[in-house]
Amino acid sequence: MVVVGAGIIGAACARALSKKGFSVTIVERGASVGGTSASGEGNLLVSDKAPGAELTMAQYASRLWPDLVAELANELGRDFPSLEFEPKGGLVVTLADGDARALESFAAHQREYGVRAEPLGAAEARLLEPDLNPRISSAVFYPDDAQVQPVIAAEAFLASARALGTRVVLGASVIGALAGDQGELAGVRTTKGDFPCDHVVVAAGPWSGEVARVLGGSLPVAPRKGFILVTSRMTQRVHHKVYDADYVGAVESDDRGLQTSTVVESTASGTVLIGSSRERVGFDASLDVAVVSELATKATRLFPFLSEASLMRVYCGFRPFVPDHVPVIGEDPTCPGLWYATGHEGAGIGLAPSTAEILAATLSGEEPAIDADPYSPARPSLASFLTNEPTE
Amino acid sequence: MKIVVIGAGPAGLAAARAALDANQRVVLLDAADDLGGQYWRHLPSSRPSSNEAVLHHQWTNFVELRARLEDDPLCEVVTSAHVWAIDRAGIHVLVGPPDGPDRERRTYPTDAVVVATGAHDRVLPVPGWELPGVYSAGGAQALAKGDRVAVGERVLVAGSGPFLLPVALSLANSTSTVVGVVEASRARRVASSWAARPWELVGARTKVAEAGSYAREFARHRIPYVMGRAVTAIHGAECVESVTIAAVDSSWAPIVGTEYSLAVDAVCLGHGFTPRLELAIALGCQLNDRRFVAIDEGQRTSVVGVYAAGEITGVGGADLALVEGTIAGHLAAGGRLDDEVLGQARRHRATWRRFAARLDVAHAIGERWSQWLTPETTICRCEDVTYQQLRTVARVTDSSGLRSLKLTSRAGLGICQGRTCGRTIESLLGAWSNEGGLIDGVTTDRRPIAVPVRLGELRVDSRDAATD
Ligand SMILES: Cc1cc2nc3c(=O)[nH]c(=O)nc-3n(C[C@H](O)[C@H](O)[C@H](O)COP(=O)(O)OP(=O)(O)OC[C@H]3O[C@@H](n4cnc5c(N)ncnc54)[C@H](O)[C@@H]3O)c2cc1C
Ligand SMILES: Cc1cc2nc3c(=O)[nH]c(=O)nc-3n(C[C@H](O)[C@H](O)[C@H](O)COP(=O)(O)OP(=O)(O)OC[C@H]3O[C@@H](n4cnc5c(N)ncnc54)[C@H](O)[C@@H]3O)c2cc1C
Repeated sequence: MVVVGAGIIGAACARALSKKGFSVTIVERGASVGGTSASGEGNLLVSDKAPGAELTMAQYASRLWPDLVAELANELGRDFPSLEFEPKGGLVVTLADGDARALESFAAHQREYGVRAEPLGAAEARLLEPDLNPRISSAVFYPDDAQVQPVIAAEAFLASARALGTRVVLGASVIGALAGDQGELAGVRTTKGDFPCDHVVVAAGPWSGEVARVLGGSLPVAPRKGFILVTSRMTQRVHHKVYDADYVGAVESDDRGLQTSTVVESTASGTVLIGSSRERVGFDASLDVAVVSELATKATRLFPFLSEASLMRVYCGFRPFVPDHVPVIGEDPTCPGLWYATGHEGAGIGLAPSTAEILAATLSGEEPAIDADPYSPARPSLASFLTNEPTE
Repeated sequence: MKIVVIGAGPAGLAAARAALDANQRVVLLDAADDLGGQYWRHLPSSRPSSNEAVLHHQWTNFVELRARLEDDPLCEVVTSAHVWAIDRAGIHVLVGPPDGPDRERRTYPTDAVVVATGAHDRVLPVPGWELPGVYSAGGAQALAKGDRVAVGERVLVAGSGPFLLPVALSLANSTSTVVGVVEASRARRVASSWAARPWELVGARTKVAEAGSYAREFARHRIPYVMGRAVTAIHGAECVESVTIAAVDSSWAPIVGTEYSLAVDAVCLGHGFTPRLELAIALGCQLNDRRFVAIDEGQRTSVVGVYAAGEITGVGGADLALVEGTIAGHLAAGGRLDDEVLGQARRHRATWRRFAARLDVAHAIGERWSQWLTPETTICRCEDVTYQQLRTVARVTDSSGLRSLKLTSRAGLGICQGRTCGRTIESLLGAWSNEGGLIDGVTTDRRPIAVPVRLGELRVDSRDAATD
């Protein structure tokens, strides 16, 4: 079994597959965890997901995370840095001029699907977050939102996979397929040699479309650019993950243009992270001060005290976007042996554990804990986007 | 056209003058509150010192240059101008004192730019270097020259390179006693590379007489100068009380049994320079394999319309920076490389570059310096990451990517954004990698946010003046 990509998805999948007894090799064109998984935040969210296939997966993941964190810590020992898992909960608010009703009905709908979404009054919200802008028109608390440090989490999956026998080959870029006697997929050709195998799992993040194509498959994955702002360290004044309710609309939108929605959180190291923007501009990593300024403006609206905080660093990354906003996990219907675990867009950190479980179960012919059909590359909602042409 | 010059040290000042001489309009930006850069750091004009000329070589040269720029109506001089980012929209600047409430936001175009952001001194970690009383050589000199503040009573200057000498003299001219200058490169290496007396390099730029003056001044202040030795530990309960000095071999590995201690209350460390590359990188300029901005004979970078001069192209002292600036400014203003006015500058540039090349060889950081580290030595001071913690993270993750290693260890993620420890963590982590080095192509030189800005200053509703 070859897994392409050593981001959080590839690492989590390799670990789960090794546990099932597969012999796994990860081929990664660069260093481990140098792609999207090292360019974003580590929010593990149910709050931002409308009822549907992605929410189901997020709820599954949210059940897996606590045990997983303990398991990894136990396996990797005290020398391994902490995953900084914090089940701190998320607070979603609408400010005075925002659409309070939209948030309330969104939350009500989520509750029907088992999401814990607790409506709060403005005063209660300010009890949770005393420094929040007082002009709150509605607020919902999501106790099941959590966070991890995404790079440490990804390296932890990888270290655990290695200990279970996974071989990790770095600096090996997949450039083509190895064909078997019948022309079937029999491995990958890389810049570091050939890797014969029975199954290839493409977990190449936003580059998955391109990898699928060179391996003979088809997958409509495109990069969706995002910036995150990082402040210098400060005494903690943001206690939960706090979002402006406009987040919800942005995630679901197909618009190519710039959208920003505010997510503010503090990290274990004392910095505050401010996310994030969404833009479909290809793999163009250049800075855009207008976007940074818009994020800063919105964050200071949510937490006025942040006006005095120093912006120290920005991250830019490319979310693996698929047109129907549902991760792709399963075998390419047109190319036996070619499997996908990608398309998580802005939720790949949170969804890594459930992705790995679904993939490993499906590949070993077991029944996954949740129905895998909605994630299949053969699902109808993707059909119209499947071509063998390069994406952006 | 308007030529934007970023940095008003010797290189930027000379570039601005050359562009004005060619009748172009110039905007000169510098974060400091006065012109001059690292070399001509001086008292604020409100506190002029009669002693200025003695303290600074070529002071008159500077005074003339500054007057020329300030008096020229074609030249807009903007001090306290913090260039914090560059993107497609232009060069983003916040003007005003860093902590001031009303910094003004301005944007300048990028079609004709001279980048002259200089370098800052590199300091290798030493056990105890986080104690109060430890300074970078440049920082100590700035305090002594700019603010007339003595860093201590008994001061040791240590590290490598000829620029430790002017630092020692600046300190000796304040109220400090300089108990010695400790140079890690060994005498034979230094001697065979340029001259028996290190000050000749610093002095060679003007005239032999001035070179001699370093020797005289050192003798007058009774400053001992030793080579082939390094400060391998700094001790003190609350602040610096003493240092351990040891002989080092040619790779800077300490030689066991040679240690001795010396009582001091301040240490100034400098182990060469790190160019300030972030703005050049933001403009898209390529670097060369020595990790300076790559330029051609005309000081042109890989980006059309963008020129680079001074220490971001290589460390060679103020005179090299001046002539590079002259050439860059002239070409940025539409002049040609073979124009007669550049004849002298080009000849001088060739001379100083030869010196610079020798300096590089003589004072290159030895590859086994890290042997003086202990497990407890702090590597990243901002985030408090020790040598052992860094080593452990590298071992348990088995990573060969700088991005991942920084984010798992936190080294280099603090407020200085790796300006102090960046190159050190790169070299340590690279040496530990199982892939023969760091393979993700990431370096600590890239900083899209070049200087910290307050979020409130970025509000789209705040003052925002577009300038062109
Ligand atoms: C700004 C931003 C904020 C985000 N915030 C969150 C958040 O709060 N919570 C959350 O859950 N998610 C978040 N995400 C999304 C999350 O980061 C991604 O969904 C996730 O990291 C995807 O992981 P991956 O392993 O699929 O991709 P990656 O981490 O990109 O890994 C793919 C790997 O494949 C390798 N590769 C590519 N091509 C080849 C090839 N030809 N051969 C070999 N290897 C190859 C790459 O080098 C890379 O290492 C955010 C993303 C961004 C950009
Ligand atoms: C301790 C020390 C002692 C030295 N002694 C000598 C000596 O005796 N003789 C000698 O010849 N040379 C000496 N030098 C070297 C000399 O200082 C340099 O060669 C010279 O200053 C380089 O000129 P420059 O114009 O390239 O850069 P600098 O003089 O460093 O000027 C760069 C300017 O760019 C500005 N800048 C940088 N980033 C930004 C930003 N983001 N926004 C706005 N402005 C910015 C800085 O404020 C600075 O003023 C010494 C250097 C040091 C550190």
